[in-house]
Amino acid sequence: MNIQTLNEIKAKVQARKAGLKHEVCVCAGAGCISSGALSVLEAAKKQVKDLGLEKEIEIIPVGCMGACNQGPLVKVEPTDTVYQKVSVERTPVLVERHLQHGAIVDDMLLFSEPGKAASSKKASELAFNSKQQKIVLSGCGTINPEDIEEYIAADGYFALHKCLTQMSSEEVIGEVKHSNIRGRGGAGFPTGIKWETVYKYVSAEKYVICNGDEGDPGAFMDRSVLEGDPHRILEGMAIAGYAVGANRGFIYVRAEYPLAIKRLEIAIKQARKLGLLGSQIFNSEFNFDVEIRIGAGAFVCGEETALIASVEGKRGTPRPRPPYPAQVGVYGKPTLLNNVETFANIAPILLKDGEWFSSIGTPKSSGTKVFALAGKIANTGLIEVPLGITLREIIFDIGGGIPGGKAFKAVQTGGPSGGCIPAQHLDTKVDYESLASVGSIMGSGGMIVMDETSCMVAIARYFMEFCVDESCGKCIPCRVGTKEMHNLLSKICEGKGTLQDLALLEELAPYVKENSLCGLGASAPNPLLTTLRYFRDEYIAHIVEGRCPAGECKIAKPAASLGAH
Amino acid sequence: MPVTLNRASQIKEIPATDPRLAKVNLAIKQYQRRQDALIQILHTAQDLYGYLPLNVIQHIARELKMPPSRVYGVVTFYHFFTLKPKGEHMVVVCTGTACYVKGAQKILDQISAGFGLKVGQTTPDGKIGVEQARCIGACGLAPAVIIDNEVIAKVDATKIVDMIKTKVGAA
Amino acid sequence: MANLISITIDDKKLDVELGQTVLEVARKAGVDIPVLCQLDGLSTWGACRLCLVELEGSPRLFPACTTPVADKQVIRTQSEKLNKYRRMTVELLFAERNHICSVCVANNRCELQNLGYRLGMDHVRFPYLTPECNVDASHRDFVIDHNRCVLCTRCVRTCDEVEGAHNWDVMGRGSNSRIVSDLFQPWGESTTCTSCGKCVDACPVGAIWRKEAGQSQLAKHPSMISELVAKRKVKS
Repeated sequence: MNIQTLNEIKAKVQARKAGLKHEVCVCAGAGCISSGALSVLEAAKKQVKDLGLEKEIEIIPVGCMGACNQGPLVKVEPTDTVYQKVSVERTPVLVERHLQHGAIVDDMLLFSEPGKAASSKKASELAFNSKQQKIVLSGCGTINPEDIEEYIAADGYFALHKCLTQMSSEEVIGEVKHSNIRGRGGAGFPTGIKWETVYKYVSAEKYVICNGDEGDPGAFMDRSVLEGDPHRILEGMAIAGYAVGANRGFIYVRAEYPLAIKRLEIAIKQARKLGLLGSQIFNSEFNFDVEIRIGAGAFVCGEETALIASVEGKRGTPRPRPPYPAQVGVYGKPTLLNNVETFANIAPILLKDGEWFSSIGTPKSSGTKVFALAGKIANTGLIEVPLGITLREIIFDIGGGIPGGKAFKAVQTGGPSGGCIPAQHLDTKVDYESLASVGSIMGSGGMIVMDETSCMVAIARYFMEFCVDESCGKCIPCRVGTKEMHNLLSKICEGKGTLQDLALLEELAPYVKENSLCGLGASAPNPLLTTLRYFRDEYIAHIVEGRCPAGECKIAKPAASLGAH
Repeated sequence: MPVTLNRASQIKEIPATDPRLAKVNLAIKQYQRRQDALIQILHTAQDLYGYLPLNVIQHIARELKMPPSRVYGVVTFYHFFTLKPKGEHMVVVCTGTACYVKGAQKILDQISAGFGLKVGQTTPDGKIGVEQARCIGACGLAPAVIIDNEVIAKVDATKIVDMIKTKVGAA
Repeated sequence: MANLISITIDDKKLDVELGQTVLEVARKAGVDIPVLCQLDGLSTWGACRLCLVELEGSPRLFPACTTPVADKQVIRTQSEKLNKYRRMTVELLFAERNHICSVCVANNRCELQNLGYRLGMDHVRFPYLTPECNVDASHRDFVIDHNRCVLCTRCVRTCDEVEGAHNWDVMGRGSNSRIVSDLFQPWGESTTCTSCGKCVDACPVGAIWRKEAGQSQLAKHPSMISELVAKRKVKS
């Protein structure tokens, strides 16, 4: 494989697409598939074939287009038309009116409602899309994830070529540092510095690991990238391997993502066939190949050292750091571990340069971030926005606000490690420091919106129950502390809690936070701490009045005297 | 419930004619008997048997030259692996945050009322088993339920019992 | 001459060799840091969190048993906060399982009891969890009582690293974790145990004991583990 071949493939695909009357993209992300997208794809293909139009109209499956609530989604180019809730029954209408006769079907447009037209016929102009900026997700929804040639036509593997033929390892690391990109898994550690640390350790054997464990309930960003644009991850890992001096990589994917695993397997096969993975890539001296490692249902394996233990076939228990994985990682060798979304940014950064990336977002939080918007919000789905945008813009402009005329109550960011942010902080900028200042974290990108009917004590209990289930059990603070906190929170939710219980909770929270061995335990008290900070009145109501202000907790009729001791 | 240990007499040798055993051995061979491939090999075994019988775990431990307690420790650490056969028809209710906020608990309550099943239990005739998943990644379509590997989106809690009965009856 | 660095530990300035842990250096300097999962001769586990110390310049707490010493480190092993946290750790251990000292073979010879006395823990504020735990007396010579286990895993590491038999491991996770023999089988049916009895001496409490011991009579020799490891090293 060389640059001429890459350019030939790119030109070939682009020429084919240019000669089409229409390119039709059917969203085949897991969400739309569960709504019947594959049947729609087959039906559309069959109809187009019956009409004898397959040479002019190409129908491809693509990755997540983002507006998951309105799926199955179908996009028709070149008019940037996106249709929603496309069923097998209504597919003939689409094929006949738009594909055959070029007339947009207004009542099927994205965000149109019965009796109310969509605000624009061009998807990019809709409020849901206009504030987004797609870098990580630029391939999702536009290319067929099971066709390496479409990836190449979108400039895929050109960045890898540039690195291997025009740049030294140090220069590659330099660009990543210059971009100021921070780890997208949640911790936000400067990626360039992490790469440089692994690079500096001298070892014949080094590894690159992609963390695709995505355990936060409510998060599906990484899933969408792995399903919708798997080559982007392979290219990012190969560039990383070149930069730090690693020849082998592992992609750790959770077992609950079979479609992602399948798409990765296809992508790896295709890349190997074209010589983009394997030995002497682009006729350089660089060899790199990857192996998929399937998880088995353990949230704690999203933690670096636990993940490494799992890759080694062991129980996924973390170990104290130092030493860090950069020095002692998998099989005891220097290991670079980054999140899926972090790797997805690498090829775009190297294709342009670090300067470009650092100009997006804010000075300390550069670039974009993918968020999974879910909960009590009109437009649930996947979005990608420049960092620095406010929570209000995301929830109300992009997300469409709270359905049913209910009032916004809080938004949970960062999953079980994060916090609930109330209405008074809606104008907080979404960046690492600002979110931390209001008591939450950026996290991996899960964003759950809650309204006036959500009980904040119940949500604290929900996340604590999650931590109890997922605690590996190695260290005492997490193993016993989370269990005790969960029991106390349950008592309070059931209306049997006392003020003494609340005092014990407030004693346990900082203890578990400071004494736990790993991030799971250390951040387990966060939802409890933020709900206590902003919604203490709800706790008091449960305890002193035996009442759930949100009306969610089932509290039995209060006994004669309630726990006000 | 009192703790019941496994007895050696319960662990019968796998008959050599069991075709699934050959597939397990093939997986072990394909991974070059590497001990770090244990989790991947356990996945293959569970896909074949539907669960991980003790004699299969013992067999894998022997073939990989690993102490049985170490393999048992790995099997019981990860939620995906199960030591008990699941029901003939599996109902998996997603209880991830988005589904939780959208009423996953109501769905579980309805299933409990309709079949008398809590999470992790199977009907006495073994026909229906109920599990929960912490997040299946279909958050935009909360609440979600998987019945026999088919994902059902935006489930109406009041209709779930009939939905399950229909799918199980049809199968 | 090995690399020497300067550190300060509890206001004492010392020159020490690089390549040691904070715990090793502290012990040599006569500073006693409480431990439970750490046992000389075994690999470190870093899980009990009793040995957490403060390092100037960082808001985090660091386990002395695994943290390497570094030049100009300022270490604090005692403080009101550290002592409060250590006491809470012991409280949680007592609340976690079913510890009844008065009927236990290790009464008055127990590391958990000693920690309680040392840290001034005279009552437990947290609700007792009273989990269902069994007693396995199937082995000819020994008993394992899971009601008393603190999951320090000293038995697991001893059996794996010193004896090499690997009879013990941990099953389940979180508060469902239990020490198991083979495939969660009775100890007496184990196909890996060599009946060497090293785990008895490694266990800090009365969870693993010899059948001939009566109440308060169990005598343990945990230092035997490190002595054995040292003797084996010299031979090879």
